[in-house]
Amino acid sequence: MMAYIQTDTTSVPDARGYYGEFGGRFVPETLIPALDELTAAYHEAMNDPAFQQRLADLQATYTGRPTPITYAKRLSEHLGGAQIYLKREDLAHTGAHKINNALGQALLAQRMGKQRVVAETGAGQHGVASATASALLGLDCHVYMGTVDIARQQPNVFRMKLLGAEVIPVESGSKTLKDAINEAIRDWVTNVRETFYLLGSALGPHPYPMMVRDFQSVIGVEARRQIVELAGRLPDACIACVGGGSNAIGLFHAFRDDERVDLIGVEAGGHGIDGGEHAARFADPDIGRPGVLHGTRSFVMQDTDGQIVNTHSVSAGLDYASVGPEHAYLRAQERAYYTYATDEEALAAFQTLCRLEGIIPALESSHAVAEVIKRAPHMPKDSIILVNLSGRGDKDLDTVMRELKLNG
Amino acid sequence: MVEVKQLTGVETIATLFARAREQNRAAFLPYFPIGYPTYETSLDAIQAMAEAGVDGFEIGVPFSDPLADGPTIQAATQIALENGVTVRKCLDAIQTLRGRGVTQPMLLMSYLNPLLAYGVDRFVLDAKAVGADGLIVPDLPPEEAALVADACAREGLALVFFLAPTSSDERITLVNRYATGFIYVVSLTGVTGARTELPPDLREFITRVRAKADKPLVLGFGISTPEQASSMNGLVDGFIVGSALVKAGREGVDAVRELAARLRRALD
Ligand SMILES: Cc1ncc(COP(=O)(O)O)c(C=O)c1O
Repeated sequence: MMAYIQTDTTSVPDARGYYGEFGGRFVPETLIPALDELTAAYHEAMNDPAFQQRLADLQATYTGRPTPITYAKRLSEHLGGAQIYLKREDLAHTGAHKINNALGQALLAQRMGKQRVVAETGAGQHGVASATASALLGLDCHVYMGTVDIARQQPNVFRMKLLGAEVIPVESGSKTLKDAINEAIRDWVTNVRETFYLLGSALGPHPYPMMVRDFQSVIGVEARRQIVELAGRLPDACIACVGGGSNAIGLFHAFRDDERVDLIGVEAGGHGIDGGEHAARFADPDIGRPGVLHGTRSFVMQDTDGQIVNTHSVSAGLDYASVGPEHAYLRAQERAYYTYATDEEALAAFQTLCRLEGIIPALESSHAVAEVIKRAPHMPKDSIILVNLSGRGDKDLDTVMRELKLNG
Repeated sequence: MVEVKQLTGVETIATLFARAREQNRAAFLPYFPIGYPTYETSLDAIQAMAEAGVDGFEIGVPFSDPLADGPTIQAATQIALENGVTVRKCLDAIQTLRGRGVTQPMLLMSYLNPLLAYGVDRFVLDAKAVGADGLIVPDLPPEEAALVADACAREGLALVFFLAPTSSDERITLVNRYATGFIYVVSLTGVTGARTELPPDLREFITRVRAKADKPLVLGFGISTPEQASSMNGLVDGFIVGSALVKAGREGVDAVRELAARLRRALD
């Protein structure tokens, strides 16, 4: 039988964790031995059929995988071009793709004998997924979250607490995901011997970008098989939103060698690129330049002096100053293409999907849907778009109500 | 004054340790960030410590995301950034301090990204030009260091690497091979910040490092009191105090001078 998670299927990263000129390990010395230990444990686990089986069983019986793909008939007709298929990560347990990675890493933590888990969260989905996996496996979970994000993702904060996790508010810097990661790393440096850092996206020092990609690759592996079953062929384009980049890389990975399939990542355009209030790392060459943040070399939003700038997005999960190094690599290789959707476009897409398909998407995923709305009308009727609906929007109702001024 | 032969940064730093060793004591290298509580006050504080007879300096370049630093230095460097401090201004600060007669070795402590943004080669050239002696980059392990190491080697600047209690014997050997100037030994697993007690297994850890490393060892993280300072004699070649001095900086230059002088006297 084939292993549930295929590793080493591509030439990247190399042994030092590099994707071309991106990636690597830029962290304090204290953490380097921990990263070595993690890398070794990860490879060992992936080569252990019992570990693979355990993960496969949990993904099937707990997460509810495979998640379906849904043909979005009314949306397709409405747009009048490409046929649109949704990969339904919103239907995974806890309501987003984040659980795929959280379960994998939590199993690894348990295998390594680390009882204490720390995580960071932006939208709260990774925090909820980590708290869930920790409850399932009996681990102690501590989640760092910026106070700006705590305010805009209240339901997820309560969920984490219900699941037995400690939510630690982060007041430093921009009080969002970037600062939550800083604090999680500081915690890990301090408690490194007994703590597992359960990182939520395809970023950070090696082996995280690789490990998170591998755990998320089930999205694309399933979707590739499903679209062939349902539509009879591969899609013309795969579209996913890109925060740190885990749902996108999870979808793209299985299609990487299908040269005919366009891979399109959608960043957060916030209030638009011109004023700098966005999180579109690839779209604004003035501030989005190669640099080092959180242990990896990638595109980083920074001022001319190398200070990390504050980002803005209506969606907490995309509101981050850097992006996973493999996306920087895929872009440099011209294998994937990156664009952005503004807050306004994402909110419009959110409503469109609600009304035409009866699906309330996460604001993050709405960015991907916004790109579908722009692109599909210009594509032939027999073309196919596969879009990753990375999560559901329950967590975002307050924000959307406020933004649409529908409350009251 | 007659210009004597110009020593490289690495040589200057070696002299510092040789002198402290002659005096049978550890060298004291305070950390202070440029721009805290104000640009001018940070320069005055460093000058005051120089006059109090400290052996060298770790000069902090502020960064927005200092992930190896605890709350005290985070807050101070955040204020420094709000005060408009840039990498260039940190270099200017060193030049000004040299002009004011500060002769002790000065190493710039910066996270990697501001150096990359400035341009590593240009930064190293400019650092040398203003009279800096070395670089300390806390998020740069030796495996990633080629770019910075080559530039530093060309200009004779020291490039300091770190060891931590988690470092294996193999890594001690590796870091000893790459480090120039000294090895920064992190006393504990954690971030910067004053601690009331140093870790109980510190002596054991230092012994383990000594067995594999012949470069000067400078201990940092958590040291704040004269008692802790005097316990450095005979244990390590030098030590760094940061957060305690930064806290004193809140009260002004006199408080910094006073604490630095007490820490220095504790070594005699
Ligand atoms: C539903 C959803 N989609 C996407 C993201 C963005 O993360 P990534 O780019 O790692 O998929 C998040 C992050 O919180 C999320 O909750």
